[in-house]
Amino acid sequence: MILNYKRAIQDILDHRFLNAVTIITIAISILIVSSFALFFVNANEIINSWKKGIKIMAYLKPDTPETKIPELKRKIQRMDGIRNARFISKNEAFQQLKKQMRRQSSLFENLKENPLPDSFEIRLKACFQNQEKVEMLATKLESFPQVDEVEYGQRWLGQFTNFFNLFRLTGYAMSGLFFMATLLIVANTIRLVLYSRQDEVEIMRLVGATDSFIKAPFYIEGLIQGAFGGIIGLAALFVSFLLISLSMERGLSPGLFTIRFLSPGAFCGIILGSTFAGWIGCYLSLKQFLK
Amino acid sequence: MIEGQNKSSIIRMFHVHKNYGTKKALANITLDIPKNELLFISGPSGAGKTTLLKLLYLGEKVSEGQVLIEGINLSRISLKRIPLLRQKFGIIFQDYKLIATKTVFDNVAIVLEATGKKRRFIEKKVKSILRTVGMEESLYSFPLSLSGGEQQRIAVARAVVGDPKIILADEPTGNLDEVSADIILELLKRFHTRGATVIIATHDKELIRKTGGRVIHLNQGYIQKITNT
Repeated sequence: MILNYKRAIQDILDHRFLNAVTIITIAISILIVSSFALFFVNANEIINSWKKGIKIMAYLKPDTPETKIPELKRKIQRMDGIRNARFISKNEAFQQLKKQMRRQSSLFENLKENPLPDSFEIRLKACFQNQEKVEMLATKLESFPQVDEVEYGQRWLGQFTNFFNLFRLTGYAMSGLFFMATLLIVANTIRLVLYSRQDEVEIMRLVGATDSFIKAPFYIEGLIQGAFGGIIGLAALFVSFLLISLSMERGLSPGLFTIRFLSPGAFCGIILGSTFAGWIGCYLSLKQFLK
Repeated sequence: MIEGQNKSSIIRMFHVHKNYGTKKALANITLDIPKNELLFISGPSGAGKTTLLKLLYLGEKVSEGQVLIEGINLSRISLKRIPLLRQKFGIIFQDYKLIATKTVFDNVAIVLEATGKKRRFIEKKVKSILRTVGMEESLYSFPLSLSGGEQQRIAVARAVVGDPKIILADEPTGNLDEVSADIILELLKRFHTRGATVIIATHDKELIRKTGGRVIHLNQGYIQKITNT
């Protein structure tokens, strides 16, 4: 085994340029794939934090008698998925609006009466914080005779989630393509090395070397190329990540988002993946060459 | 077991034909080679000498007929067993076939490495065999920096380092001056006396005369005659 490692390292040194090209290409592929992964991890986190803020506003009809409110509140709170329902009277809502639009207070001066309706602000349990379930609850709320209109402010969140899912699918497809590209590049490099050493391989076979003896250093080369490519790609990603997070902290949108790097598990997974890509690329090439 | 098989034969060929497309390289070769024989295969260029050697180590496959090495029928050998078969041979190629990017030591050591021998054993054995062929000073030289005769001696060292049962030498003195040719011939004789079966393909009549032994004369792929010198 030690002999095979020595042979592999010697081969890498003898074919420095080819090996460097392969490692750099793998590193670029890994950089692109892991950039997607980093984006998804952070985007997912942002979406989850937005989802936690999902609430439903149920606006009541103007003629709803005050005596019916407690009963309606009980009915709403008994519904599946409701964490709590808070009644907001039309006066309270008006005061809140005035507070929020303090600079445009002149707008309110001409109003003869409060145009806002009574409403319920309904918070949901965590398991109900997704588009389908929010829609289902909204429909149920709309069926109450006292309810005039139901609104959930993050209606756009569903559309964004759909877009995000589509983007994620594209990311998976692109990652798959880059993985395939990595395999083909490694396979081609090993093939070039094999062609440049065709005579040597032939001589080894003629003196009785087994295929496994001939193949072993190439496999080790593939593994080394894959692992180094992965490490360099992730190192480049980490440097880019540091630069982006620094610039975000300094000025772009301080405190709005905290982006985080890939978890150690994902980090190891990507390196293992690129190492595997190196190996399988080598396997494909050797299978064809040493028929 | 094929009828009439001689148990002391290490190589047997039965009605062997080899064609390259429509060109006949060997025709109806039947041959028995006993263990520890020193045998010459002679004939002009294109007579089929190299092809005959190639059929023995499965460098080529027979078109028709059978070749047996130590009773193993080469037509039925599995791909996995070919390296084991080749380990029985030490082959000296006409063009030496040394690996230009490896040192003399590595070129010879590769035979032992391929059979999984330990590093210490390899070092000892390679140095000893290079001493035998008079090349111990060139241990870390590269083949292309050596003369033709020196390269041929390295090729002989590589062929014998694994203590093969059969040594195949294809025009071993073809490109050499008389002194270098004599050294190579002496080396081959030495390994023959140590028990190896040696088959030398050559068109050099002087070499055959100097050495002596059974000679298979090939012409246009056929055995023309068999003589003893």
